Amino acid sequence: MSAISATAPAALRRDLTVDPGRRKARIGLAILGVLVLVAILAPLLAPHDPDAIESGRVLRGLSLTHPFGSDALGRDVLSRVIFSFRVSLSVAVGSVVLAFVVGIPLGLIAGYRGGWIDTLIMRPVDMLLALPALLLAIALIAIVGPGSLIALLAISVIYVPILARVIRSSTLVVTSQTFIEAARARGASSPRIVTRHVTPNAIGPAIVQASVLMGFALQIEAALSFLGLGAQPPTPSLGVMLADGRDVLTQAPWVEIFPGLAIAITVLAFNLIGDGLRERLDPRGVTR
Amino acid sequence: MNTRARFIVRRLVLAVPVLLAMSAFVFLMIHLVPGDPVRTMLGFRATPENVAQVRDTLGLDQPLFAQYTRWLGGILHGDLGQDFISHTPVATLLAQRLPVTIELTSLSMTLAIVVGVPLGVLAAARPSVVRRLTEGFVIAGISIPDFWLGIMLVLLFAGIMQVLPPSGYVPFLEDPVQNLRYMALPVVTLAFGEAAYILRTTRGAMEATLSTPFVLFARARGLSEASIVFRHTLRNAAVPIVTVVGIQFGVLLGGAIVIEYLFALPGIGRLVVTAINQRNYTVVQGGVLVVATLFVVVTLLTDVLVGLVDPRVEEGQTA
Amino acid sequence: MTALLQIDNLDVDFRIASADVSAVSDVSLEIAEGEIFGLVGESGCGKTTLALALMGLLPGTADVRGTIRFQGRDLAGLSDEDMRTLRGDRVSMVFQDPMTSLDPCFSVGSQVAETIRAHRPIDRRAARANALRLLTDVGIPEPERRYGDPPHRLSGGMRQRVVIATALANEPALLIADEPTTALDVTIQSQILDLLRDLRRAHHTTILLITHDLGVVAQLCDRVGVMYAGQLVEVAPTEEIFRAPLHPYTQALLAALPTAGQERGALRVIEGRVPDLTDPPPGCRFAPRCPHRMDECDRVPPLATEPGDHRVACWLSNATRAAGGEGPLEPAGSAEGASA
Repeated sequence: MSAISATAPAALRRDLTVDPGRRKARIGLAILGVLVLVAILAPLLAPHDPDAIESGRVLRGLSLTHPFGSDALGRDVLSRVIFSFRVSLSVAVGSVVLAFVVGIPLGLIAGYRGGWIDTLIMRPVDMLLALPALLLAIALIAIVGPGSLIALLAISVIYVPILARVIRSSTLVVTSQTFIEAARARGASSPRIVTRHVTPNAIGPAIVQASVLMGFALQIEAALSFLGLGAQPPTPSLGVMLADGRDVLTQAPWVEIFPGLAIAITVLAFNLIGDGLRERLDPRGVTR
Repeated sequence: MNTRARFIVRRLVLAVPVLLAMSAFVFLMIHLVPGDPVRTMLGFRATPENVAQVRDTLGLDQPLFAQYTRWLGGILHGDLGQDFISHTPVATLLAQRLPVTIELTSLSMTLAIVVGVPLGVLAAARPSVVRRLTEGFVIAGISIPDFWLGIMLVLLFAGIMQVLPPSGYVPFLEDPVQNLRYMALPVVTLAFGEAAYILRTTRGAMEATLSTPFVLFARARGLSEASIVFRHTLRNAAVPIVTVVGIQFGVLLGGAIVIEYLFALPGIGRLVVTAINQRNYTVVQGGVLVVATLFVVVTLLTDVLVGLVDPRVEEGQTA
Repeated sequence: MTALLQIDNLDVDFRIASADVSAVSDVSLEIAEGEIFGLVGESGCGKTTLALALMGLLPGTADVRGTIRFQGRDLAGLSDEDMRTLRGDRVSMVFQDPMTSLDPCFSVGSQVAETIRAHRPIDRRAARANALRLLTDVGIPEPERRYGDPPHRLSGGMRQRVVIATALANEPALLIADEPTTALDVTIQSQILDLLRDLRRAHHTTILLITHDLGVVAQLCDRVGVMYAGQLVEVAPTEEIFRAPLHPYTQALLAALPTAGQERGALRVIEGRVPDLTDPPPGCRFAPRCPHRMDECDRVPPLATEPGDHRVACWLSNATRAAGGEGPLEPAGSAEGASA
């Protein structure tokens, strides 16, 4: 990106940026694809029942029967990681998808209409943005009570403002372009303009943001579960595993290490995809 | 009044409705709780007399708006209600805990900036060499969950090497050295992720600025490389960097909640988490309000700082 | 007059992942001290690349071959630091868009002053005094007040004046002005051109003026060079070029200019498109669009001198043919008077 400076002819600047982005996105997608498969095929892939307690096999290290070791109750760590991952990933993806479905129309309308509708929608949005994300999630859970589903809803609530803001910015950019004026001049109705012309062009940055947010959502879900505010027993969750692992940290560090690695790799995949998509979908850098 | 002062006043004025809206939200928390919050709070001590007494103290039978104004009035006098379990005023609890949280967040942010900005500048100015090294750091910092990192650090430094304590706290004024020993791991944990973001932002902003026409013109004028990088480029790149630092402070506050819990630091974050589990709503209310206010203040400071760096901002010109 | 700037066989290629772009191809020209030399051509013809090559400001992906002699020194042999001392001191460059040439975070006056201090060991106060004088010289009203203004508070024309002030701060021997008036209103344009003319007279600065606007050339330049797709096709004194253009491209350019009193109708255009510089034609790059195309045009025509110090690189010219080892043309195919 920086190798081509302002002194290079315009033709050059266009050419070079496609390559690195595509590679990143491919790697990210590949990793994510594998992970999603793992999540979906969990019952088939897990070597043991994640809840099976075997008091004889407590705190065993890595072995063929227990590739990730076993925990304080003799449960297989690998199987637990797989099933927990399933739950955590569902919450992360689900929350962002929900936020997307709610936030995109809001941002589109605010950006397209402008005026008092814009203010009406964006003021509360900005208020919500004024609070730190995790704090807001915790506050919401404090009101309603803990649980995976609540965590999903709480995370959605946090991310609706961010997505609404992003799509509003890109809507403003698209709407100011002359082809929209041309459509209006042809007598196209507003809903038609928005769906056929504005949305396809404005949605790019929102998609980039959404993929990055999925990574954050996973981390927030893990943090909430870690604090005991997210997934409640018997629902497994990576965050819960991280909390449990602390008790046996020095004796059996693998109980703590593997769930954390799972989170890190997944977040990395989401970020790679987001970065890769950004080259294509968000050339103006509307997303951070 | 000159432009700068007017700019600051304008920002302050804008902050007020945000704070009001937040306070309204926080206030409504108790009333949004399903069921009778008082009964939940008191738990097994919920005798009719106790319930009636608490309802009276909280003023829960009055009209909503009256309650809100009463609560706001209380805040302005420094009264945030009482902790229902220990009967300590919430304000006192928060006052005890606030310095810890502030120490944690400011030390972490400072460390993150001290590490992130210079590395980011280097990565932009000398791409090939430094970039490879920082690339890995950035990836790790963004992907690794901070509390997991904290646990891993505890494993390494407290468990295996046994050089630092795994948890606990001593106030700075009591014993500076011990204080720093206890804070070392929490601060490094939080700073790691932050530094990665700051590095990435700095590098991106510097690279973007280095390819602008005015940098080209600066080169055409024969200015020294050092002058170009540090005087011109950094100053212009500072705007997005400072902005991101402001936003990240909010993220940091959120992360601090978990880290305080993890390292048993007596800060506001941990207080709030414990209070939630105890259904201690007045404490949760007070804690959330203080943290949110802190964040709004930091955002305001960030805006002012950006205005100082880029003269266009204060006059309302878009960059 | 000795040549201030002597360029011999300059080639500039850009290496990118998929292909090489030949931006400048075998250009040779010289600029004499004190003259205003206009370099004309459409966007993408290589004139800016040439200028950047002179300044040593091309990115690392550029491969520069040939010699550039400035005040007798070969620039290719200079280190980065030596080039830096030349820039802004002995040779300066002014860019097209004054909106983006100045650093938005610093006052205009300080940017002039810093250019002085980058090359001379003088203190802040002296530099400021010099800068104020320069601002006055370029016609900025109330320079004391304007000194501390950030760029966005000045109009486009004012900013360009400040840019010129920084460029001339150290009295360079050569000023390269790359489309200095293109981004400005027409009224401001002529003011800036007048400024350049006056400054040339006052400081004996040689000016290389790059533009696509033939009107600007007519107003200001002593000699003109015409570039097309990286090749230098014609060089002549200004009146000569306008009076009797020899190269078909130049003829087409001039014919395409609308004149006052011209009848309504379609504007005369040049058919075809600019060649792809990753795969340019082997010889004359204008050949594919040239109405006088011949077999010889697959070989690069050398730049040769016709009477009147008029140089052209075209197989229609007998001087070129002589230089290129071809026999003279039959009278029927004479170059002069051929219409585009």
